[in-house]
Amino acid sequence: MSQLKKIIYNCKQATFLIEKKSITRLTFRETVELRIHLYGCSFCRLFNKQSKIINDMVSELFRNSTGSNIRLDDDFKKELQERIEEELKK
Amino acid sequence: MINLDPHNWVAAHADYLYAYAITRINDEEQARDLVQDTFLAALEKVKSFEGKSSERTWLTAILRNKIVDVYRKKSSGLKPVTINEAEEQQADFFSEDGHWVTEHSPKEFGIEDKDHLVSREFDHILKKCLQKLPALWMAVFTMKHIEEEPTDTICAELKVTAANFWVIIHRAKLNLRACLQKNWI
Repeated sequence: MSQLKKIIYNCKQATFLIEKKSITRLTFRETVELRIHLYGCSFCRLFNKQSKIINDMVSELFRNSTGSNIRLDDDFKKELQERIEEELKK
Repeated sequence: MINLDPHNWVAAHADYLYAYAITRINDEEQARDLVQDTFLAALEKVKSFEGKSSERTWLTAILRNKIVDVYRKKSSGLKPVTINEAEEQQADFFSEDGHWVTEHSPKEFGIEDKDHLVSREFDHILKKCLQKLPALWMAVFTMKHIEEEPTDTICAELKVTAANFWVIIHRAKLNLRACLQKNWI
């Protein structure tokens, strides 16, 4: 089987390229291979879509958490500031 | 020039730093320790603060390095994943010829719609699925997709080869997606 045929029928390689593409630029050859694969494979088209959405959702989850109501308890904070004041005196 | 004000650090930044840490390491005790260590380390570095970034950004950078240390310690206890091992594990998603195995092939599970509203329940499942990833994968995934660190930096800090980096990135997403599909449908 030629290299091209291999990728056209290979979902493992296609999903790898989908992930690679989300981070770095694909080579010209990889771009062509992925495009041909996605044209013929509805599973990987769906994976491609979901993969991007998942990245967005994870980013959102992390961003929201720092603006949220996660709080340290007041006793801990009081002790912590006291510790800092002590260090400052040294 | 921005000045540091350690007398006000806890009131101004402790909750923020704690939330930052807990999202990334998911251990309350350890997250508290990291916040404390961050302030103490910061005190020793006060002189080297150049005032180029805000106080919070500067403190967060110190915390971030401490979190990477935790990631590294967590993952160094494990046997490094060789390419072959990761490839073998991949067998459950793909058959030998590289096709999706029927039971693992992607299905729509309700996030594909543009208007999809992220609910609390979904966030909960997303968190659970992230926690299921091996520590090293979670570290690689968040450093890349959340902190957007350069690939070279991640490889150097977590001591993974470039080849393994790509295997982990691929593998982490396959698992995360499969976990969401399984638990959200």
